[in-house]
Amino acid sequence: MKRYTIFVITENFIGILNRITIIFTRRGINIDALTASESRIPGVHRITIEVTVTEETVIQLVNQIEKIIDVIKAFHHEDTGVVYQELALYKIPVSRLDGGLEKIIRDHHAKIIAAEPDFVVLELTGHKEKTRELLEILKGYGILEFARSGRVAVAKRMLTIDSFVN
Amino acid sequence: METKMRGADIVIRSLIAEQAELIFGYPGGAIMPVYDALYDYQDQIKHVLTRHEQGAIHAAQGYARISGKVGVCLATSGPGATNLITGLADAQIDSTPLVCITGQVAAHLLGTDAFQETDMMGISMPATKWNYQVRRAADIAPAIAKGFFIARSGRPGAVLIDITKNAQVELAAFNYQPCQEFRSYKTHHPVSDTAILQAAALLNEAARPYLLFGQGVILGKAEAELKSFLDKSGIPAASTLLGSGALSQEHPNYVGKLGMHGNYAPNLLTNQCDVLVAVGMRFDDRVTGDLSRYAKQAKVIHLELDPSEINKNVKANVAVLGNCKESLAKLTEAIASKKHESWMAKFRALEQQENEAVVQHDLMPTKVGLTMGEAIHHINRYKADDAVLVTDVGQHQMIAWRYFNYKKTRTQVTSGGLGTMGFALPAALGAQLHDYSRQVICVVGDGGIQMTIQELGTIMQTKAPVKIVLLNNNYLGMVRQWQQMFFDKRYSFTELDNPDFIKIAEAYGIKAKKVSERADLAEAVEDMFIHDGPFFLEVVVEKEDNVFPMIATGCSVEEVRLN
Repeated sequence: MKRYTIFVITENFIGILNRITIIFTRRGINIDALTASESRIPGVHRITIEVTVTEETVIQLVNQIEKIIDVIKAFHHEDTGVVYQELALYKIPVSRLDGGLEKIIRDHHAKIIAAEPDFVVLELTGHKEKTRELLEILKGYGILEFARSGRVAVAKRMLTIDSFVN
Repeated sequence: METKMRGADIVIRSLIAEQAELIFGYPGGAIMPVYDALYDYQDQIKHVLTRHEQGAIHAAQGYARISGKVGVCLATSGPGATNLITGLADAQIDSTPLVCITGQVAAHLLGTDAFQETDMMGISMPATKWNYQVRRAADIAPAIAKGFFIARSGRPGAVLIDITKNAQVELAAFNYQPCQEFRSYKTHHPVSDTAILQAAALLNEAARPYLLFGQGVILGKAEAELKSFLDKSGIPAASTLLGSGALSQEHPNYVGKLGMHGNYAPNLLTNQCDVLVAVGMRFDDRVTGDLSRYAKQAKVIHLELDPSEINKNVKANVAVLGNCKESLAKLTEAIASKKHESWMAKFRALEQQENEAVVQHDLMPTKVGLTMGEAIHHINRYKADDAVLVTDVGQHQMIAWRYFNYKKTRTQVTSGGLGTMGFALPAALGAQLHDYSRQVICVVGDGGIQMTIQELGTIMQTKAPVKIVLLNNNYLGMVRQWQQMFFDKRYSFTELDNPDFIKIAEAYGIKAKKVSERADLAEAVEDMFIHDGPFFLEVVVEKEDNVFPMIATGCSVEEVRLN
């Protein structure tokens, strides 16, 4: 089993995400992460799905996703074929802030993006391994909340979305 | 300025624009405006009132399979709509083109648990090729146009269009534009010449090539191309369940049927061929048995329209994407003319073994009880060449399929992929209503017929001259066979105390006859065919007969058993 990124270029119609996830549900496959948003072409959405499966399975998943009437194109890449990024937010109580934390923020290139009377919110972008590492450290600082986005990714292959649309 | 009309009128006018001639349906609250509109168009489009929505959709399936047109079905919201689900799943897995239109509560009530509201989009999604909810009158015609295009093009399938009640009563302009393409949907791939050359090279070198054909040949209207290919290549050819009829069984290359209860040679020799050509079939598990021991010695050429079927179950050495009408024609040109006499002789020798071990006993039994096979044998004697065989699911289905003499295309209607009991009676009605003059023979078991027996009422009302042959063994026979073979004869809930079927048929005004003696069978079958109108023939058969050959679950095709 390997980690794959599946890209889905689709019309932005009601229920499309449902139709896509049914394909995973039917086969009993867990989606590791999923992000969806409008692409640079209005009306065309781009869904990025991270999944850990065999190559055979990912090919079948992609074929079945592409078979969905409103899906324009679906394809997959291994991690080496994509440039990807994730974003993590960490909520830390103000009472636990000290000099040690400042060094941690500097070392990890994290940012403070909000400061409230009771808590601050740190932001870190990076691969899962990196955001997880910071999470482990911040557990020692009474972390109140942690949230991580799904993967956003672009393929290294020099194909543009326009070649699929129209 | 364009005149505006009610959404309900737009529904009917759109169906007429798509050349729908016949609708199967059942009215109810949320679809009433459409039924009201239908009242004005009875001279242009016919509607058949079934006795249950499941009956309506199976009838639409039967109609679609025989006519090659899109079957159309109408139902109300909530329970009316959910009763369509089995039929949607059945049509989708067997690639039958359907457009089902369901009423829905008014748009402002959506999501509020209103009376007879059900989330039809959510429920039907996994069972349809496409579904869509219309909430404005102006969107009705484009949705229906798109629905018909999607249902009939590419690999055909089931479409559901859910129309809210407000959209049916609001006004909109009507200017019907058929749908021919849209950017996210590719109907089929162009045939690759490289793939054709690769396939031809494999075939020209092959010593023991073998061809399997499925319903894709019928859906692709490629029957003539298949025949030309076989004439030139000399390759033995076997049919899947749904492919039956695509090639006349009298064709010299025809060697029989594939699958769990198919013929002996076609299954066994799958593991001896050197090149396997699969045309318009999807290597269903009932065809392949244990995949890890299926045709491992062979190079596989797969001619298939649907890219997601390539390498799904069986890896293809050469995949030829596209419509097999085109790919078969190209392949025929590219191959050398050959004969494979000694290879063909292997099929004939095994066929002889099957005849002696199974067929003779099924068709000309010496024991007392009647067999299902001899009933089919007599049907073959009286049926027309283009007679349609409609079957339900179970032992009778496999026996009827095994022994029915298929000579013409589109003569077979059965529930293949889903295995839906209760399918046959309404499907036969739908097939018959496409053409009253054609013989439609509905072979059904005593279990299945009772799942949709109320459709005898629709047969009565439409006077559809369906010939119903009930093969009654007072058992859920296929399940009982498995219990005998694999569960120590523990016959758990498979025996049926049945009603007097003759009285039931007669109560519906259908002429009926019951046969339990061999001496009466031939005459009864003849009477059935001579009778002008629907006929119900009950044949009381041996209670505990089994269907053979058989490939047991988990076994390989080469482990096909004759007893």
